[in-house]
Amino acid sequence: MDFMGAYSLDHLSFLMEGFWVTLKVAFISIVLSFLIGSIVGILRYARIPVLSHVLAFIVEIIRNLPLLLIIFFTYFALPEIGIDMEITSAAIVALTVFESAMISEIIRSGLKSIEKGQIEAARSSGLNYYQTLRFVVLPQALRRMVPPLVSQFISLLKDTSLAVVIALPDLLHNAQIIYGQKQSYVVPMFLIIAMMYFIVNYALSIIARRLEVKRV
Amino acid sequence: MDLYLEGFKYTIIASLIALVASFALGTIIAVMRIAPLKIVNVIGTVYVEFIRNIPLVVIVFFIFIVAGISGTAAGVLGLTIYTAAFIAEAIRAGIMAVPKGQLEAARSSGLTYGQAMRFIILPQAIKIVIPPLGNQFINLVKNSSVLGIVAGFDLMYQADLVSSQTYVVFDVYIFVALFYLVLTIPLSLGVGYLEKRLGKTS
Repeated sequence: MDFMGAYSLDHLSFLMEGFWVTLKVAFISIVLSFLIGSIVGILRYARIPVLSHVLAFIVEIIRNLPLLLIIFFTYFALPEIGIDMEITSAAIVALTVFESAMISEIIRSGLKSIEKGQIEAARSSGLNYYQTLRFVVLPQALRRMVPPLVSQFISLLKDTSLAVVIALPDLLHNAQIIYGQKQSYVVPMFLIIAMMYFIVNYALSIIARRLEVKRV
Repeated sequence: MDLYLEGFKYTIIASLIALVASFALGTIIAVMRIAPLKIVNVIGTVYVEFIRNIPLVVIVFFIFIVAGISGTAAGVLGLTIYTAAFIAEAIRAGIMAVPKGQLEAARSSGLTYGQAMRFIILPQAIKIVIPPLGNQFINLVKNSSVLGIVAGFDLMYQADLVSSQTYVVFDVYIFVALFYLVLTIPLSLGVGYLEKRLGKTS
């Protein structure tokens, strides 16, 4: 094991470049999938005929497929039908599709967890459907959604590492290039990238726990 | 077609072995986390927090490269280590949900800590734990696709092989997706059913 050689300044800055790509891809995908997931979740909750069923069908299919397959599909199969994307966009699209499905389920079950009586009470106090959702259901449901949402974001950040299969230059990919030079770099490289992933994700989970304690 | 079925077989076998192994390991770690011994607690907590917060692919690659075992073995081992952390959390939550008085009553009836766990707490916790465990199993089946990256002969690997030989990509991946759905959709429905039924009885 050659820690000194493995952790040279060049290598560390190369790792940081990869880490930056990981964080960037994860952040964009989190924002996009939160938006799309919320819309899909609310539409499913609203029980709009046909649309809600179609969405339910699509969400179930996506949720039950491996993300790795979706990434492969987006990058290698879609060009066959004329949708060609470069690596980073393909990674973001694949992650967003998969995570939107997951997040929509969290949003939907959060909304569903609000007791019927509350909605009935709000409606009979003269609030319309939209007002009920906005002032009564959402504020309560959001609190319950925070912990599962954050753990979903953590898995998204971890899942960006799957994009090494399409050669996204992320943290894992850059580490592979470094330890590819020398056998003695392998263990040091895995230790440092594990720590990098760990620090970010653990920080996120601590923030989630704080929020949970404060708001309940 | 033979290749797909071969991959399908590997995916199922790898998932089943990893399921049994990670259930065993996860149970041990869950009990470690609540055992009345501080050092044992800390080991359990460190394991769960560390493994849960790093990507599965990193674990699998590490084992594959460092241990020098076959891709299938490295994949199964990695899946086991990773999933055990999640199962440990699910089981711990289940055990915590059993009222404290039960353990106290069992202990004062003369059962040892181990006996109380084995005969009083765990049987009750299992009921609460079944739905989240089902979800972990679905994740496990999906996550087994990482075997494809380390040449683990599973569905993903065969898909890669077939598409690179025939230059047909789109159809191959759609077909493989169907294989995965055949496994995961019934599991999802089963978990949903159990959640509803167990939710009603408690």
